[in-house]
Amino acid sequence: MDRKTQLPAHLHDIRKRIEGYAREYGLDFFDTIFEVLNFDEINMVAAYGGFPNRYPHWRFGMDYERLAKGYEYGLSKIYEMVINNDPSYAYLLESNMDVDQKLVMAHVYGHVDFFKNNFMFRHTNRKMMDQMANHATRVRRYQDKLGVELVEDFIDRCLSIENLIDYQSPYVKRRPDHPEDEGERKVAKGFKTEREYMREFINPPEFLQAQQKRLDEEAARKRKFPERPERDVLLFLLEHAPLERWEHDVLSIVREEAYYFAPQGQTKIMNEGWATYWHSKIMTEKALEASEIIDYADHHSGTLATHPGQLNPYKLGVELWRDIEDRWNKGRFGKEYDECDSFVERKHWDKRLGLGREKIFEVRKHYNDVTFIDEFLTLEFVLDQRLFTYGYNDKHQRWEVMEREFKKVKEKLLHMLTNFGQPMIAVEDGNFDNRGELLLVHKHDGVDLKLDYARDTLKHLQSLWRRPVNLVSKIEGRGTLFRFDGKEHGDRRVEL
Amino acid sequence: MSLKIKQDHARFRDIVRGRIKRNLKKYVQKGEMIGKKGKDFITIPVPTIDIPHFVFGERSQGGVGQGEGEPGDPLSPGDGQQGSGQAGQGEGQHILEVDVSLDELADILGEELALPRIQPKGKDRIVATKLKYTGVAPAGPESLRHFKRTYKQALRRQIASGSYNWRKPIIVPVREDRRYRSWKQVPLPETNAVVIYMMDVSGSMGDEQKEIVRIESFWIDAWLRKHYKGLEARYIIHDAVAREVDRDTFFHTRESGGTMISSAYKLALEMIETEYSPGSWNVYPFHFSDGDNWSADDTRLCVDLLQNRILPAVNLFAYGQVESPYGSGQFIKDLKDAIGARDNVALSEIADKDGIYGSIKTFLGTGN
Repeated sequence: MDRKTQLPAHLHDIRKRIEGYAREYGLDFFDTIFEVLNFDEINMVAAYGGFPNRYPHWRFGMDYERLAKGYEYGLSKIYEMVINNDPSYAYLLESNMDVDQKLVMAHVYGHVDFFKNNFMFRHTNRKMMDQMANHATRVRRYQDKLGVELVEDFIDRCLSIENLIDYQSPYVKRRPDHPEDEGERKVAKGFKTEREYMREFINPPEFLQAQQKRLDEEAARKRKFPERPERDVLLFLLEHAPLERWEHDVLSIVREEAYYFAPQGQTKIMNEGWATYWHSKIMTEKALEASEIIDYADHHSGTLATHPGQLNPYKLGVELWRDIEDRWNKGRFGKEYDECDSFVERKHWDKRLGLGREKIFEVRKHYNDVTFIDEFLTLEFVLDQRLFTYGYNDKHQRWEVMEREFKKVKEKLLHMLTNFGQPMIAVEDGNFDNRGELLLVHKHDGVDLKLDYARDTLKHLQSLWRRPVNLVSKIEGRGTLFRFDGKEHGDRRVEL
Repeated sequence: MSLKIKQDHARFRDIVRGRIKRNLKKYVQKGEMIGKKGKDFITIPVPTIDIPHFVFGERSQGGVGQGEGEPGDPLSPGDGQQGSGQAGQGEGQHILEVDVSLDELADILGEELALPRIQPKGKDRIVATKLKYTGVAPAGPESLRHFKRTYKQALRRQIASGSYNWRKPIIVPVREDRRYRSWKQVPLPETNAVVIYMMDVSGSMGDEQKEIVRIESFWIDAWLRKHYKGLEARYIIHDAVAREVDRDTFFHTRESGGTMISSAYKLALEMIETEYSPGSWNVYPFHFSDGDNWSADDTRLCVDLLQNRILPAVNLFAYGQVESPYGSGQFIKDLKDAIGARDNVALSEIADKDGIYGSIKTFLGTGN
């Protein structure tokens, strides 16, 4: 792709102005390079997850087709795209109106501020642009050498388990620096005897040594592998699966990219909300010309539209940010407010603290979606925004609105966000049954796994581990062990 | 400028069509987007391939939404299922499907079809394709490495980078220097062929029957035109009498009347004998009818014509019979008894529109 790093003059001016406004409001961002692309290029870059260069794989083609068709038939259009990198890269669609370009730039500065400051992104690679290109070269080289099909099939299998990473691991320490005390070593005692002088005849040193050796071996066998459940299944495979060198490299590429993208998924509501908050602020307070207001309103409301069965992260996010700002401006927080149970008094509560702006900047630094919702989703907010839970009604064979109760809504929302909405699965034993089999355990929290997918995923996992693999989960309330030994599946009941 | 993504995209299309990586075929899901074209709603198929993961079962999960509705109210269909776009635009609206272009469809059909029993006859009419080495590319199999070009490239690089020493001219190609022969498919004139389409347009053929026949012959025609450049096609319609028409009339005409199949066969035979001598032409008559002939005498005449005059002259005689509520459907049975065992005869019954594809395959399936 030709890199047009130079913005056309009028866009350059717009960019300078918007950047100025963003700084005035206190946003703090990396240098941001805007590039103007035509729709085909922007669809490609979007399919590549925002990068101009990725390793060859059909799923990028799949995303491209969806985007291209959506654009062709006028159903959807990519407005903004920005990648977490230093400097950040953002893309503008050539055919957009100037007012759209302004909106996008303002939105992008919101995102880049978030990337730079939110704690979830602290461990991400800020030179990912180069790293992605590097990955692409490596995979291409393997494909040249070994054949497209072989490498692609392997990537498919890796992608099948790419969600088995430890989403919290960059922020917590799971492994101790020094292995723990292994406990008392059992000492061989030999046969008992009352007669001191007989000891050496009953328990000759060779015999004691042999016994000691056997004891040690037994202890070693009992010692677990891994020592504690490993939630970064990909890491465990990298360290212990019998992979060839290129396989090892490809798997590590998939893992690295999964970790790079994870924080974006875990802060989707906050991040989109934050960017929307700022584009709306910058546009309505500073950047809009009178003649642009209608187009702006049209596109802004399009971004925030809600459909009954889908949660719009832009909408939920921006409303929450505004709610927080309002609450801290008016002092609607803390013990006194929480304990006030007069409806009227609460409704007109205003301490004129003016702490809102300060509070939201603090929140954008220290929260992710889970903690954000947990802390700031209030009863009033849920009622106000008309949030509800929905589910599938087997009797009526349709999706229905289930509850509007605050507690249920919040619970459901948090459940969807916890662990990035992925089931918690960890390696329990790398030497299961003492036969070198792999044992994974799914920590069941009320929702069953999708069975056919689970079986196929096991199959893929087995092809990496080479030995039989097992997964323990709960199906319809009963503990079940799923097993794939390379030839066939076998399920059996287990006690949990 | 060609985009890198096109390669990924072509590969994805191939998987969806089941051409490569059949192990993924079972994960292909038919998604769709709903768009608007003028007044009509159209669905735009967007197939996706879902690589299996450990995920939660959808139905037991549910989610959180925003908007109106009391507990127990249904969501509109399609909501709640991820990736299915918006469905349910209300009833009574006509939804058309748009997706592939004609050429693309012919391509899809073409993977499993071929003109059966084609033989090299005459000269430079039909075009088949042949592989030809035409250029060099920076990637390719080692067996096709172009030594001279690789050497030149390495030389050029070494001169440019200053590592070339004319006193000691040793050229060491690195990976990037390697050049490989690349090839192209070039059309190669091969044989002469003519297809004679015959269609029964008599009164007993209802609109639905005619439509089926037209769709089927249209596809056969589209496919043959795409794959055999320079193929000749002739069109005959008949009721009690037969006449030759042009392509457009063939696909659009409406007539009614009695049925004398022999009239069409006679006309076809006349064409073959005067213009397409079997010595230099591959001849493919296709005939479609509802199988309701005027009289048993005429049927006997048809069989006689076929057995003694037509079949010896043609590569394949194809007869497709549409199911009709009026007709007896006797004709195909008579044909089966008389000539069903002959090698160059393909007979097929088409029950409804869904049967079209199967019927085309019977006619043109490879291995006939």
